[in-house]
Amino acid sequence: MSTLHTVNKSPFERNSLDSCLSVAAEGATVLLIEDAVGGALQNTAVASTVSDAMGKGVKFAVLGEDLRARGLSAERVIDGISVVDYAGFVQLACDHDNVQNWL
Amino acid sequence: MKFAIQVNEGPFTHQASDTAYQFTKAALENGHEIFRVFFYHDGVNNGTYFGVPPIDDRNVQQQWSELAEKHDLDLVVCVAAAQRRGIMDEDESKRHGKGTSNIAPGFRISGLGQLIEAGIQADRLLVFGD
Repeated sequence: MSTLHTVNKSPFERNSLDSCLSVAAEGATVLLIEDAVGGALQNTAVASTVSDAMGKGVKFAVLGEDLRARGLSAERVIDGISVVDYAGFVQLACDHDNVQNWL
Repeated sequence: MKFAIQVNEGPFTHQASDTAYQFTKAALENGHEIFRVFFYHDGVNNGTYFGVPPIDDRNVQQQWSELAEKHDLDLVVCVAAAQRRGIMDEDESKRHGKGTSNIAPGFRISGLGQLIEAGIQADRLLVFGD
C-alpha cells in the first residue's frame, strides 16, 4: 500500500509538512502544492527535513505551476524532487493506492 | 480511474478552488472519470451565480459551470453549508421564503450522503481546502 500525500501550507508557517512526514512511509510520495512549494527549495530551514525523509525512501514532487506562480525557479528545487504539472498530479494519484490531503 | 473531489474553500480565500478545478480538468483531459465534485463548508461559495468578480479576474463559478456542461459533471453543494451562506435553489428559496435563488448552472443542492457515496464509489477521493 502506497500513499500520495499532498501538503498545501507553507512549512515556514504551519506544521502540516512535519505532521505528514511523521507518518509518511517508504514508497509514499509527498506532493508539495500551493503555499507548500517553498518546502521543495534548496537552502531553507526545512531542506534538511525534506532530504532526511528522502533518505528514508519517501519520494517528493512539487507542482510546477505553483512554483512559477510564486516566481520560484525549478532550478532552485532540491535534487531528486520531481517537478510535475496538473497531469502529473493526476498520474501520481493513480500511481498510489490512497491519497491523503493534509490541509 | 474514477475520482471524487471535495472542495472545502471558496474562490476568494486561498487557492484550493483553483487547484481543485485544475486537477479535475486535468483528470478529464487525461481520460479519467470524475464521479462527483462535492462542495462543503466555504466551498459552497463556488456555486453562487451572483458573484461578479472583476473582468480581469478568473471566475471560478463560471469555470466549474462550463466544465460541468462540457463533461456532464455532477457538482453537488452541501445543503446545510449552503443554507448558512445564503446559497439556494428554487425549492430551498421557497421553503425559506426568500423569493429568489442563486445556485449556479450545473450545480445542485443535496446532502452529505452524496459525499459518502462518492467516497465509496470512486477509486480516489481528493480533498482541497484550507
